[in-house]
Amino acid sequence: MHVTMTVNGEEVERDIEPRVLLVHFLRENLGLTGTHWGCDTSNCGTCVVQLDGQPVKSCTVLAAMADGHAVRTVEGLDAGGTLDPVQQGFMVEHGLQCGFCTPGMMLTARALLDENPNPTETEIREAISGQICRCTGYATIVRAIQWAAEHPAEAVEKVAQS
Amino acid sequence: MQIPAPFDYARATSVDDAIALLTRYGEDAHIVAGGHSLLPMMRLRLARPEWLIDINELTELDYVRRDGDRLRVGALTRHRTLLESAEVGSLFPIVVDAERVVADPVVRNRGTIGGSLCQADPAEDLSTVCTVLGAEAVIRGADGDRVIGMDEFHVGPYETAVAFNEVLVEVRFPIRLRSSSAYEKVERRVGDWAVAAAGAAVTLADDGALDDVAIGVTAVGLSERVADAEDLLRGNRPTDDLIAEAGRRTAAAVDPMTDQRGSEAYKRHLAGELTQRVLRSAIARATRGDENDGQGQEA
Repeated sequence: MHVTMTVNGEEVERDIEPRVLLVHFLRENLGLTGTHWGCDTSNCGTCVVQLDGQPVKSCTVLAAMADGHAVRTVEGLDAGGTLDPVQQGFMVEHGLQCGFCTPGMMLTARALLDENPNPTETEIREAISGQICRCTGYATIVRAIQWAAEHPAEAVEKVAQS
Repeated sequence: MQIPAPFDYARATSVDDAIALLTRYGEDAHIVAGGHSLLPMMRLRLARPEWLIDINELTELDYVRRDGDRLRVGALTRHRTLLESAEVGSLFPIVVDAERVVADPVVRNRGTIGGSLCQADPAEDLSTVCTVLGAEAVIRGADGDRVIGMDEFHVGPYETAVAFNEVLVEVRFPIRLRSSSAYEKVERRVGDWAVAAAGAAVTLADDGALDDVAIGVTAVGLSERVADAEDLLRGNRPTDDLIAEAGRRTAAAVDPMTDQRGSEAYKRHLAGELTQRVLRSAIARATRGDENDGQGQEA
């Protein structure tokens, strides 16, 4: 079947089998390997991308279901070379160790902050509760998201320039 | 890598179109909504539909509408929408209690009430919620709609009264005055199925007695309401002793199985304890809600 969708702002189209999962479509058909593929059972959350702005587990969404919709992956987080505050936060607060859960965590964090720019720690922990960090670095992930909340995009630019 | 077996995919453009596609492709076709139960089952080859009929574009099935003395919820309404609906929370706090523990926040962005009910997993939370609230299922086929209660809707584990060429389109919840409800679940971690869970809905009489009560349990081998415990409470003032006895009767009525989530004895204990807790919580909410016509309030 033929699918057309917007991925990180660019329209893409491919012929695929209906059984292709969105995570594999992104990684194998588009070469966007920033989205990681983990448990295969919608438990671990490393495959989280945004579908029409909402975080979804891309191992449990068919690429066919995304036909006509907008997908955002970790490759689409930065703006013209300037890292998103969430990405900056993960660097500053050491929000990653092995990095496997990181793309999913960051896409969920971005969606959370878009809806709720000043989340409480509880709200942050709730938002990422469907995602697993096997390095168990949750404390630093939470701090990274808090850093991003405290440094919205304009502020980050100043940090980059200073 | 777990990949589903090959299938053909069709996107329904309307409910009638979905029914026509289901009728054309027969028993080998399956509706997919959120897909968070069906797609994992397809990857494990526990389900092998030849055709998937995608109803995600049918936004006309995504609504929460108050209509007189009932609340109408479209089958494609996402878990997240139910969780965040102020109207649902005020009328039926049990739905919010349960939605907080359905899977995880990311899964709740996709999963739907209709999908949960049609999956009919014995450990699924919303089936208990709908049973306790006396909800009705609106099922559409080529000949029009039929409306059935949850007792008729549930045929068995993973089996419902929805025929291969029908679509669950709406769930209707009756709104009762001086009523409230609660749900509590024990799970080993976020997103896991229940070790055990219980839900209760109560309607208070003017003197504080229980005019009506409904009790349901999840994942402990009993899909019907706990009639024994309900009969004990109905018409009486809910004293601590009576609630404790209702818990004991629930623990006696369930039939859990020992598995990796817990022993039979532990689950039986949970069924009794959680029943007491949800009864107390539902009664407290209904009592507090007296000033606003007893429509319940978030705890």
